[in-house]
Amino acid sequence: MNQRSSNLLDEALGLDQASEPWPLKGRVVAIEDRVETSGSFILHHLLKRSLSRNSSNVSIFIAFAQPFSHYDRVLRKQILGWNLVSQRDNGRFFFFDMLKLQCPVGDEGITPGGGLIALYGKIHKTISALPEISQKNVSIIIDDLSLMEVAANGSSDHVLDFLHYCRTLTSEFDCSLITLNHEDIYSTEDGSTFLLQMAYLADILIKVEPLATGLAADVHGQLTVSNKGRNKASNFHFKVKENMVECFYPGRSRD
Amino acid sequence: MAAAKTRSSSFSGNLSSAASSLGPGLKCGPNGTVLLSSGIPDLDKILGGGFPLGSLVMVMEDAEAPHHMLLLRNFMSQGLVHSQPLLYASPARDPRGFLGTLPSPAASKDDKSRGPEPDQEKGLRIAWQYKKYFGENQLNFDGQRDGKHKYSNEFNLRNPLERHFINGQRVDCFSIQDSPDLSILQDRCTTFLSQLPRNDGSISCAGRIAIQSFCAPQCVYSNMEWEMLSFIRSLKNMVQSSNSVAIITFPPSLLSPSFCKRWQHMADTLLSVKAIQDDDKELAQLLTGYQDMIGFLNVHKVARINTQVPVILEATTFSIKLQKRRYLILECLNQAPVDGSSGTSYGTSGSCSSSSKTGNLDF
Repeated sequence: MNQRSSNLLDEALGLDQASEPWPLKGRVVAIEDRVETSGSFILHHLLKRSLSRNSSNVSIFIAFAQPFSHYDRVLRKQILGWNLVSQRDNGRFFFFDMLKLQCPVGDEGITPGGGLIALYGKIHKTISALPEISQKNVSIIIDDLSLMEVAANGSSDHVLDFLHYCRTLTSEFDCSLITLNHEDIYSTEDGSTFLLQMAYLADILIKVEPLATGLAADVHGQLTVSNKGRNKASNFHFKVKENMVECFYPGRSRD
Repeated sequence: MAAAKTRSSSFSGNLSSAASSLGPGLKCGPNGTVLLSSGIPDLDKILGGGFPLGSLVMVMEDAEAPHHMLLLRNFMSQGLVHSQPLLYASPARDPRGFLGTLPSPAASKDDKSRGPEPDQEKGLRIAWQYKKYFGENQLNFDGQRDGKHKYSNEFNLRNPLERHFINGQRVDCFSIQDSPDLSILQDRCTTFLSQLPRNDGSISCAGRIAIQSFCAPQCVYSNMEWEMLSFIRSLKNMVQSSNSVAIITFPPSLLSPSFCKRWQHMADTLLSVKAIQDDDKELAQLLTGYQDMIGFLNVHKVARINTQVPVILEATTFSIKLQKRRYLILECLNQAPVDGSSGTSYGTSGSCSSSSKTGNLDF
């Protein structure tokens, strides 16, 4: 289980060393993608790394985009012999299905009864209920933030508040927070605040973009990883496969 | 997911539970999905078989030409031919009238020829841009099995669909023009989809939802941006957990750029149609068969359900043609032979998915 090939993405994130503690502990990772290049494969990759790392790692997955069955099928192909159902049953994987969450108009997540405040409460409660050793090794993954905005009827302020609250968890419990958002939605002048705030909040920023020359069968796009903690930025190409993502420098086909 | 507990192995491979028995007009797709036909055999082939059940298809219209109606007509007719329930919503006052314009399936002994058989090519290798002149320009594919229920039909746009396909079917038409908000449409969709729940096992029947020109300005709700987005999100969620496919067409120019991108992200399959200017001399020189083309179809995104691997097509732009003025076909773009005397060569081939310099064919 410890013998897995790390790749350029793992290197950029600091995941290539199999050392304790989990390098993403207490960090915020923001992934930005576009219509042409979806970044959800990075969420799958990080989830795979987190679950296969050591037995006390716990992941809390907040899903706005796809149902459980989709992630289950995708992850089955990634980790042979594992599946999300058994992880869920063992208390290592918590799936919060937010597909139907819709704050009533006018509510916008403020009232404690529903909405984002309740979601935060649920996350906090779940982490607090974990055994001591797992409490220190939690990853919160959100897929994706633009749909959270839709659920909150467009009030990005409340979504940002929610994220700030989640950030407190990274200091209180040392969890890692991994979010996915769509960069091309916010590229107009007045719309970019949300994205900039998220970029400011993040310790690691991963951009998933198409190549300047368009889409290709061999190279699905390029990743740009800015790791503030390690003061390092890397850029490389990737190709997504069923069970992994291949990363390589431009001009080479393999790492 | 109660059945999942008994599965301890992760070697899912082909989960055969979904293939137990499928109703008419359905077939198995990759990664455990079930597909239904778009009504345009060429489009099915491009998309890898059809639209997966549980997916949301969005079509970006071009205000200058009603080509999205061609896609909708074929989609709806295909569903009716297979006795699949249909919900159709449009901004027109009387959406039911649109049903009269639906095409009927082409006669099985059809008079259209799809070009010579592929094995004629064996002895002769023709440079691809010249294939057009030898008539081997169609996207050839295996003939569908003949039978009462073909998976996908060619539709004859000149002949209207026989009444018996429409009457006595679960066809629900709804006008969205006067709705002050989207709650009524939402309820209609909920009711419609509640008849088509998804559970493990056989799928006897799949349904289709077609919503035309969703943000058209004559609709009262059309300036309620977040409400429209919420509706699309909830429709997508409902469709994901039912045996149905929903197609929404919309004019992107009527949305703010940011919302247009949000809508594009919502789609599982994203297409756009574009009009062709009459007598565009430059295009006529660049492409073969330009005179027969009525528009372009662009495939921006193909649904990836149960997988993380994106679908990269060899070509994403296709020309829309009406063969014999009745059958809708999609063709790869073929570059015209370069005229040596002109001195310039058209370096940008029409069938590339994109290029770094902008040109006529970039959308």
